[in-house]
Amino acid sequence: MSVCTLRIDERDVAIEAGSTLLQAAREAGIAIPTLCVLEGLSPVAACRLCLVEVSGSEKLLPACITPVQEGMQVHTATPRLQEIRRTVIELLFTEGNHVCAICVANGHCELQDLAVEVGMDHSRLPYRFPDRHVDLSHPLFGLDHNRCVLCTRCVRVCDEVEGAHVWDVGWRGEHCRIIAGLDEPWGAVDACTHCGKCVEVCPTGALFHKGDTSEEKHSDPGRLQALVHARHHRQWTP
Amino acid sequence: MDPMTPRKRLATVWLAGCSGCHMSFLDLDEWLIELADLAEIVYSPIASDTKTFPEGVDICLVEGGVANTDNLALIQRVRANSRVLVSFGDCAITANIPGMRNMLHGADPVLRRAYLELADGSGQRPHAPGIVPELLDRVLPVHEVVPVDLYLPGCPPSAHRIRTALEPLLRGDWPELSGPELIRFG
Amino acid sequence: MSLCLRVCTAASCRSRGGEDLRQALAAVAGSSTVVKGVGCLGPCSEGPLLELETASGVGHPERQLFGNLPASDPAALAALARSLRACAENPKAPAPWQPPAGQALDLNHPFFRLQRRLVLKHCGRIDPESITEALAAGIYQQLQRVLEANDPAAVIELVRRSGLRGRGGAGYPTGLKWATVAKMPGHEKVVVCNADEGDPGAFMDRTVLEGDPHTLLEGMAIAAHAVGASRGFIYVRAEYPLAIARLRQAIHQAEQQGWLGTAIAGSRFNFEIALRVGAGAYVCGEETALIQSIEGKRGMPRPRPPYPAEQGVFGLPTLINNVETFANVPALLRLGVEAYGGGTKVFSLTGDVLRTGVIEVPMGTNLRTIVETMGGGAPQGRTIKAVQTGGPSGGCVPAQQLDTPVTYESLQALGTIMGSGGMVVMDDTTNMVDIARFFMAFSREESCGKCVPCRAGTVQLDNLLCRILERRANPADLEQLESLCVMVMDTSLCGLGQSAPKPVLSTLRHFRGDYLAMLSPEATP
Ligand SMILES: Cc1cc2nc3c(=O)[nH]c(=O)nc-3n(C[C@H](O)[C@H](O)[C@H](O)COP(=O)(O)O)c2cc1C
Ligand code: SF4
Ligand code: SF4
Ligand code: FES
Repeated sequence: MSVCTLRIDERDVAIEAGSTLLQAAREAGIAIPTLCVLEGLSPVAACRLCLVEVSGSEKLLPACITPVQEGMQVHTATPRLQEIRRTVIELLFTEGNHVCAICVANGHCELQDLAVEVGMDHSRLPYRFPDRHVDLSHPLFGLDHNRCVLCTRCVRVCDEVEGAHVWDVGWRGEHCRIIAGLDEPWGAVDACTHCGKCVEVCPTGALFHKGDTSEEKHSDPGRLQALVHARHHRQWTP
Repeated sequence: MDPMTPRKRLATVWLAGCSGCHMSFLDLDEWLIELADLAEIVYSPIASDTKTFPEGVDICLVEGGVANTDNLALIQRVRANSRVLVSFGDCAITANIPGMRNMLHGADPVLRRAYLELADGSGQRPHAPGIVPELLDRVLPVHEVVPVDLYLPGCPPSAHRIRTALEPLLRGDWPELSGPELIRFG
Repeated sequence: MSLCLRVCTAASCRSRGGEDLRQALAAVAGSSTVVKGVGCLGPCSEGPLLELETASGVGHPERQLFGNLPASDPAALAALARSLRACAENPKAPAPWQPPAGQALDLNHPFFRLQRRLVLKHCGRIDPESITEALAAGIYQQLQRVLEANDPAAVIELVRRSGLRGRGGAGYPTGLKWATVAKMPGHEKVVVCNADEGDPGAFMDRTVLEGDPHTLLEGMAIAAHAVGASRGFIYVRAEYPLAIARLRQAIHQAEQQGWLGTAIAGSRFNFEIALRVGAGAYVCGEETALIQSIEGKRGMPRPRPPYPAEQGVFGLPTLINNVETFANVPALLRLGVEAYGGGTKVFSLTGDVLRTGVIEVPMGTNLRTIVETMGGGAPQGRTIKAVQTGGPSGGCVPAQQLDTPVTYESLQALGTIMGSGGMVVMDDTTNMVDIARFFMAFSREESCGKCVPCRAGTVQLDNLLCRILERRANPADLEQLESLCVMVMDTSLCGLGQSAPKPVLSTLRHFRGDYLAMLSPEATP
C-alpha cells in the first residue's frame, strides 16, 4: 500500500493513495458537509456541498471524488466555502417544500442537520413553493416529492446494490423528479422487491415507511454500508 | 438588575401562526418573573391589552408568516416602530405550515378548496368585507416583506432558545445563535 | 453557352421556398444547363438564393448571385425559367443576366469579398448529395494522402503546429487533444463529432452538414487515422432533419465508394461512422453528457477527470471534436501550416444587421468589419449597441469596443468568448437586461438538473432578473443577483451551469446602467 501525505486545514494527513479528499479529511477529524455521497454507492458529485479549495487549482474541487495527491494543500472551510455551502442549502430548502415541523424525518434529517451545520437560520433566497406530489401507491412505503432533494441515493442503491433499478430521474432542470419504472406509480412497478433500501438511504423524509408519522423515521445508511462491505469481503456469516 | 438601566420595551406579535411560539414563550416559566424586571411588555397577545402597536419598541418578537391584509399592515407598523425585529419561529421564517397553502397558487383556490370543495353539503364562501381581512395570494416569510434583524427558528423555538436570544438583547448585546440547540428548524 | 444554376436548398432558403425554386428551374435543365441544389450560399437574409455561373468557352466562368427570387408564384417561376432558357440559348458572350423578379447581389460586396472560405470552400459550390461532385472537388484527397504516407504522428504534429483550436466553444488546442488520445493505451478508440449545435442563433455547423457533409467525413477519418480509432459517431441534433438525411446519404455513399468501412482506399485503415440523433437537450452538447447519450443513457454530465480522452464512449479513449474543427482539417492538410495561417472562423451573423447569414472570416478580423462592413450595420436610423457572442455561455461586446479582433484571447479579455460562432447584433433599442434574461431562461430550461447550483440557482437567477424587469427589485436584489451569479459559476458541475451566469455578468459589466434604470429603491426586500 502506498501512502500519500497532504495538508488539510494546516493539519498533516497520511492516507492510502487512491483515497478521496473526503476520506482524508474524515481521517484527520475534519468534517466537510456532504449530501449526495454515501459510502457504498458510486459517487455523483452533484450536491456540490463538499467543494474544497486546493492550492494550485483555480477550480473548487468536490472532496467526495477528488483523489488525494502527494503534497496537496487543501482548505475545507474558508469563508468563501462557507458562503457557498449556505447558499447550496438555501437553494435546496427553497426549491422544495420542507415543512420540518410535520415531517416524518424531523429530528433525524440530513438536510435539517446541514442547515444547522452551515448556519442557515433563514433563507436569503425566496421560497418557491413548487407544486409537487406524493406517491402512496406502494403497499409499504411512500414518496413525498415535496421533500426530495434529488440526491439520487435511492436511484443508485436500487440499481447498484439491490439490482432492481426501480428508480430513475425523469425530466430535467427544475422539473426533475425521481420516477419509478417508466414514470409509473411506485406500487405498479413489478421490479420493486419491497426491500426498503431506498427508504433507508434517503437523507430526508421524502421516502418513508407508511405508518410513520412526524419524527418517526430513523434511517440507517449504516445497514447498507455493512451489506456492501460484507459482499465486497465475502463475509457471508457474521 | 441595575436600577439605572431603563427597562427595554418588549413586544410580541402574532401573525399567521398557531400561537405555539407564544405558548413556548410562556414555557419560560419562572424566568418570566425575571423578564418582568428587565423588560416592559408593551404589546403582546398574551401579556398586554394594548390594541395598537406602540411607538419606540426596543425588541419585537414576530410569530407567524404574513398571510392577510391585516398581517401586512401590522408588520409594516411593527417594522417602523421596532429597533430589533426578531422572526420568531418557523412560520415567521419560512411560512411553514400556513405556507403550505401557497402550493395551491393563490387565495382563491384556497378558499374554494376549504369552503366549497371540502364542505359537506351546503358550502359557502365567507364574505364579510371590512370584517374578515382578505387573504394575500401567498403567505410570506416576514423577511420577504420587511427587513428582519434576528432569526429564531423552531416549531416552536424552545423556551431555552428564546431565553438564549432574549438575554443578550435585553442587556444590549447581540446573541450569537448557532448549533442544533439554537437554530434547528422544526 | 452553358449555364450552371446553383439553388440554395439548405434550411434557411428552403424555408423560403428554395426547394420549389430548384424544382421549377429543373425544367430548364438541358444539355447546356445544369441545375443543382447546393448548401448555404451565405446571405440568408436575402433568400431564396440562386447562383448563376455562365461559361462561354473563353475566359473564366462568370458568377452572379441573385436573391429574393420568387418561390411559390407559378407565373413568376415560369417567367424566370423562360428568361434563363433564353440566356442559355444565346450563343454570344453574355451580357449580365437580369432576372424578371428578385435582385442581383453584388459579389464584390465586402460580405463576400472579405470572407476566406476554408471550411466552407465547397459549401454552396457542390451538390451535397453527390459524392461524385465531392470527389471532383478534391474531397477525400487529403485522406488518401494521409493513408499513403501512413504517418499519424506527423499529422498530429501538423495540427499542433497550426494552432488549430476547438470550434465547439471551449477552444481547446486540437493537436494536444489528438496527441492525448493517440497516446492512450488500447486498440479500440472512438472518434466523435459533436454536431449538437444547440446555442440559440447558431447555425454554422448546420451549414457544413447540409452543404458539404463529405468534408466532415474526411476530417473525421483523418482524425481517426491519426489517433488510432476505428469507430466513429456523429451526434447530431434531431432539429436538423435535412442535415441528418444528407449525413446518412453521405455516409452510405462513402461506404459504397470505399472512403469509409474496411481497408479504406486500399490501405489497412478501417473506420466506420454511425449516426446518433439527439432528443432535443442542449446539455447533450456537453461532451460527457453526449457520451452518456451515445451509450443510450440519460444525457447528464459527469465530473471530469476522467476526460473523454481517457474514458469516453463505452469507456474507450475517445476524441471529441466539433463539426467545424473536423472540417478544418482537410483544408489545413491541403494548404500546409504556412498557407493555412491563422485559419478562419465561421459565424452565423444574426440580429439587428442589414445582412444576416453565414460567413467565414480570417481569424483576427475586426468585429466592426464583420458587423458594419460585411453585415451592413444596424437598420436605418438605429445604431449598434452591442454584439453578443458565445450564446448562453458568452457575453457581449459593447459598441465602443467593436474594433476588437476576433480571437480567443481578445474576446475573453472583454468578458465574453469566441463560442461556437453565434454572433447576434443588438441595436440601441435593446434592453440588455432583457438579453440577459433571455439567456438565463434558456439555461434554466436546459439545465439537466443534476447539480444543485445549476438546477436551482438558474431558477433563482431567472426570477431575480424578472423582478428587475418588472421594476420590483431594489439595490439589494442586484447585489444578490451578482453574488448568486458568482456562486453558480464557481460551483456548478459542468460548463452549462458554470457559464450560465456569464451573459448576466457581462451585461452588468458593460451595461450596468440598464440594470440600475430598472431598480426601484423602495421595493421591499
Ligand atoms: C452545455 C454545453 C453545450 C455544448 N454544446 C456543444 C455543441 O452543441 N457543439 C459542440 O461542438 N460543442 C459543444 N460543447 C462543447 C463540448 O463539450 C466540447 O468541448 C466540444 O465538442 C469539443 O470539441 P472542440 O474541441 O472541437 O471544440 C458544449 C459544452 C457545454 C458545456
Ligand atoms: S427520494 Fe430521497 S434518496 Fe431519493 S433522490 Fe429524493 S431525497 Fe434523495
Ligand atoms: S451544471 Fe447544470 S447542466 Fe451541468 S450537470 Fe449541473 S445541472 Fe446539469
Ligand atoms: S457530497 Fe460531494 S458533491 Fe455531494
